[in-house]
Amino acid sequence: MIAEPFGYSSPQSLDEAYALLHEHGDDAKILAGGHSLIPMMKLRFAAPTHLIDINKIPGLSYIKEEDGFLKIGAMTREVDLEESDIISSRYQIFTDASKLIADPQVRNFGTIGGNIAHGDAANDHPAVMMALDAEVEISGQDGKRSVSINEFFHGFYTTAVQHGEILTEIRIPAASGHFGSAYHKAERKVGDYATAGVAVVIRVDDGGICTKAGIGLTNVNAVPMRAIRSEEALVGSMLSAGDIAKAAQYAAEDCNPSSDLRGDEDYKRHLVSVITKRMINRALERAK
Amino acid sequence: MGHSKKRKEDARFIQGKGNYVDDVKLPGMLYMDIVRSPYAYAKIKSIDSSKALEIPGVVAVVTGKDLEKYNLHWMPTLMSDTQMVLPTDTVMYQAQEVAAVIATDRYIARDGKEAVIVEYETMKPLMDPFDALDPEAPVLRSDKEGKTDNHIWHWEVGDKEKTDDIFSNADITVKQQMHIPRIHVASIETCGCVASYDKVENHLTMYMTTQAPHAIRTVIALVAGHVGLTEEKIRVISPDIGGGFGGKVPVYPGYVIAIAVSFLTGSPIKWIEDRSENLQADSFARDYHITAEMAGTSDGKIQATRFKVLADHGYTDASANPSKFPTGLFSIGTGSYDYGAAYMEADAVYTNKPPGGVAYRCSFRVTEAVHAIERMTDMFAKKAGKDPAQLRMENFIKKEDFPWASPTGWSYDSGDYHAGLKLAMDTVGYDELRIEQAQLRKEGKLMGIGISTFTEVVGAGPSKDFDILGIKMFDSAEIRVHPTGKAIARFGTKSQGQGHETTYAQIIAEELGIPMEHIQIEEGDTDTAPYGLGTYASRSTPTAGAAAAMAARKLRDKAKKIAAHLLEVSEQDLEWEPGKFFVKGAPEKVKTIQEIVFAAYTNHPEGMEGGFEATHYYDPPNLTFPSGAYICVVDVDPETCDIKVRRFVAIDDCGNIINPMIVQGQVHGGLTQGIAPAMYEELIYDEAGNILNGTFMDYLVPTAVESPNWETGHTVTPAPHHPIGAKGVGESPTVGAPPAIVNAIVDAVAHLGIKHLEIPVTPFKLYKELKAVGYFNQQEA
Ligand SMILES: Cc1cc2nc3c(=O)[nH]c(=O)nc-3n(C[C@H](O)[C@H](O)[C@H](O)COP(=O)(O)OP(=O)(O)OC[C@H]3O[C@@H](n4cnc5c(N)ncnc54)[C@H](O)[C@@H]3O)c2cc1C
Repeated sequence: MIAEPFGYSSPQSLDEAYALLHEHGDDAKILAGGHSLIPMMKLRFAAPTHLIDINKIPGLSYIKEEDGFLKIGAMTREVDLEESDIISSRYQIFTDASKLIADPQVRNFGTIGGNIAHGDAANDHPAVMMALDAEVEISGQDGKRSVSINEFFHGFYTTAVQHGEILTEIRIPAASGHFGSAYHKAERKVGDYATAGVAVVIRVDDGGICTKAGIGLTNVNAVPMRAIRSEEALVGSMLSAGDIAKAAQYAAEDCNPSSDLRGDEDYKRHLVSVITKRMINRALERAK
Repeated sequence: MGHSKKRKEDARFIQGKGNYVDDVKLPGMLYMDIVRSPYAYAKIKSIDSSKALEIPGVVAVVTGKDLEKYNLHWMPTLMSDTQMVLPTDTVMYQAQEVAAVIATDRYIARDGKEAVIVEYETMKPLMDPFDALDPEAPVLRSDKEGKTDNHIWHWEVGDKEKTDDIFSNADITVKQQMHIPRIHVASIETCGCVASYDKVENHLTMYMTTQAPHAIRTVIALVAGHVGLTEEKIRVISPDIGGGFGGKVPVYPGYVIAIAVSFLTGSPIKWIEDRSENLQADSFARDYHITAEMAGTSDGKIQATRFKVLADHGYTDASANPSKFPTGLFSIGTGSYDYGAAYMEADAVYTNKPPGGVAYRCSFRVTEAVHAIERMTDMFAKKAGKDPAQLRMENFIKKEDFPWASPTGWSYDSGDYHAGLKLAMDTVGYDELRIEQAQLRKEGKLMGIGISTFTEVVGAGPSKDFDILGIKMFDSAEIRVHPTGKAIARFGTKSQGQGHETTYAQIIAEELGIPMEHIQIEEGDTDTAPYGLGTYASRSTPTAGAAAAMAARKLRDKAKKIAAHLLEVSEQDLEWEPGKFFVKGAPEKVKTIQEIVFAAYTNHPEGMEGGFEATHYYDPPNLTFPSGAYICVVDVDPETCDIKVRRFVAIDDCGNIINPMIVQGQVHGGLTQGIAPAMYEELIYDEAGNILNGTFMDYLVPTAVESPNWETGHTVTPAPHHPIGAKGVGESPTVGAPPAIVNAIVDAVAHLGIKHLEIPVTPFKLYKELKAVGYFNQQEA
């Protein structure tokens, strides 16, 4: 449980951080909350030669609604999401997800940016972001660029963030109309990663017709995935029990879970189906 | 007695002022880390330490070949089996110690470990204990001269003929094969030591995480006597311990290596395991494959039980049982029921898994036995068409039939099983729950009620039967009262969180009338404490607690003589009330215990020894037999198969209660360690011998979140032979809870065609079982 030797710096600004990233090259890593990176280092699965700690950089932690977006700074901690009024009144999906992430110790430090930048399909926020249709702001010496969450995850532990860049902000289309969202995951015990998790976002019009649906799945695919056929099955429907059942079935069919200690493929598909159904219903409840 | 006094030790624990092994820092101390085998079964072709030795700060790399020069490369286990300290040619299980790296700090030692290059030639490991019995199986312990198979021992008890006879003629028989899986104590503090050998004095001080410091001192003397370390030259200090649960009874190779290296270098050596090492290499518990059978009449009278066990001990039998009991006290498995015939047999085998067989919070295999009998009782009730509570009530040994001779040879001391189950049923509202269950079933909901009414056997034990490596299992107390009436008492046991500093003080306070606040309790230093065999198997109160009472009574006798002298009356004229002697009929003529003690130092009667001290070695006449009636209510999600414990009522009978709050704390912790194997924990290996869940990410220790609101209660049936009528309670909940939970889960799905579930019952496992009986097809239809 002791990491290999590594260097450490603590820049005070983004510019300083970019410079350090360039100086230390490919083997340097950004340190945010450290609750994914440090365990991997202690188990010697990761051995960065240098850590660039971005905790001291001001201005990266906020939750605000602005220009039709919910904007969340990359260094916003899970606990901030749990305690935010904007979140708990309009974006309950985050409250659902944060509560299911680890324990208070981890949530006091783990950041939303790190959760996504880690690029792990077992983490919960990626599916949530997919359901919400988020955009990710990535900054570097050459300025800022924005990447859709759908293009963000490239593979196991690899994302659109290139070396020398820092994920700075997450933007989510602001909640409007009859909007509801919900997240749940099956876990073996508290603090466990998902056996399977489902994030659902629903918007319905005054007549009860579904005008928008976002469904993201946790830990049932090599990279975080979106259940597109399920979304399509819902949009334009009245969200009858039959419509919901169909969406649930598609999600179960389209995911690609692998068998492991958490369960076999069959069980995970079964869970995806059940949880998808339940989360659509919960999101719908909240949309009313 | 009977008072919920706050624990004396907690002041330091809650302020972070405990003193654990890892807090020990000595001048010139070096740090040790251990290179471990990635393979379950392999020949060591070479060990290259040169790269490690190049790292500044790495002092030495020690291998089995180095230890072999001093004949320290093997050691005995507590079961008189043998175990490598470090291998010279073959590794026998994954995570086995292969070499030790000694360095000037902990971090350098870790880097050094990474740099040691070991070449292995792997062999196909033997992982299945049933395969190990196959005559064609490779012989794993070829190090043992003349060994031609993997069999360790055979054990049996009971009347086979009589039992077989009942089985062939019985109306009803039930039979189930079950596995009590391999689990780990996973105490929060891992194991470790600081071995400090003084070359000038030829003296070893060993700070270590041990539940049995005196026994360890003797074992070290037996192992290292040939290099001059004799018992008077060894001091074992067991400081505060962060949980033991049986896992800190054995001697692990790391301790011995640390001693050897300190002996050779003259420097203190600190070794502290990390979490994964602890989980992967240190002694496991359970791992019994049991074929259990019960026979009885069609109207539900139990007549006989028959258990056949295959015990997987891994590479060596490293259990920590009393020497005459290879299966521990498994023969308690006839349970709380009144019948006259039982036969049990067990065979143990070697496999390529880590060694062990420790008694994880249980009095040596009692957990396995209770699981078998309580599952069988439920299966028998089902087949007889009786409610499981009703059937238990009809089969219990009656209160008036104690002492009761069990068909496997125990003499149960006392119990009132009917009262316990009745109280549990009333508390939980049993009859209403059955009505609710019937209703819920109609709605397609799954709810189950499970019962476990167990009898334990604890407090080992009477010297005629109980010893470890020949040393009798009595335990000791020594009380010294100072002139001002304040006392220190020392014991051969060792608390690992049980609250001995409070409980023992309360016992002495009760017997001697000195306020418990004035009594200092000390354990764990072999130079100062009287000899004893330590704390495990719920033995501390039954043995050392009794010794405390007996030593205090010796002092009270002396106090009476002194009081008679001071009051100038004869002893017969005196009466005792806690804290003072007074003259019968003249209560104003009184001497307090403090005055008496002062006189013992300042004005003692002629001819009497001065001072006020007593020691007692208590040899229990019998074991104690705590019992309990547990009822668990579960709700199962019919879609996800999630299992939620809705209620858990635990009625314990541990005889007289010294400190109700400590007992409740013990019960809460034990129940949580009872849901662990029932629903979460199991060490899992693949065919190649790799552990699949060697970290806390996958070895699922339940937390407060998984724990229901425990509802506890008591019946009190004192142990008739114990000086204060106490029985021991630390392990009852761990022993009694798993079958209550599993019986509840089985009950929730019994109407769907499920008869038995193997532990741990996880949602995934339950899903597969329900799917196999076609449940989800019905649901969809
Ligand atoms: C016991 C335990 C249980 C957990 N359970 C869960 C769970 O159930 N669900 C879940 O979702 N998570 C879980 N986590 C992970 C936790 O939520 C992490 O905090 C989170 O995944 C990473 O966030 P961090 O801020 O700690 O990132 P770090 O660990 O600091 O970084 C993670 C990775 O992202 C990179 N990185 C971080 N920030 C940025 C940035 N702004 N720009 C570019 N790269 C960046 C780092 O270089 C690193 O590679 C658990 C963690 C622990 C210790």
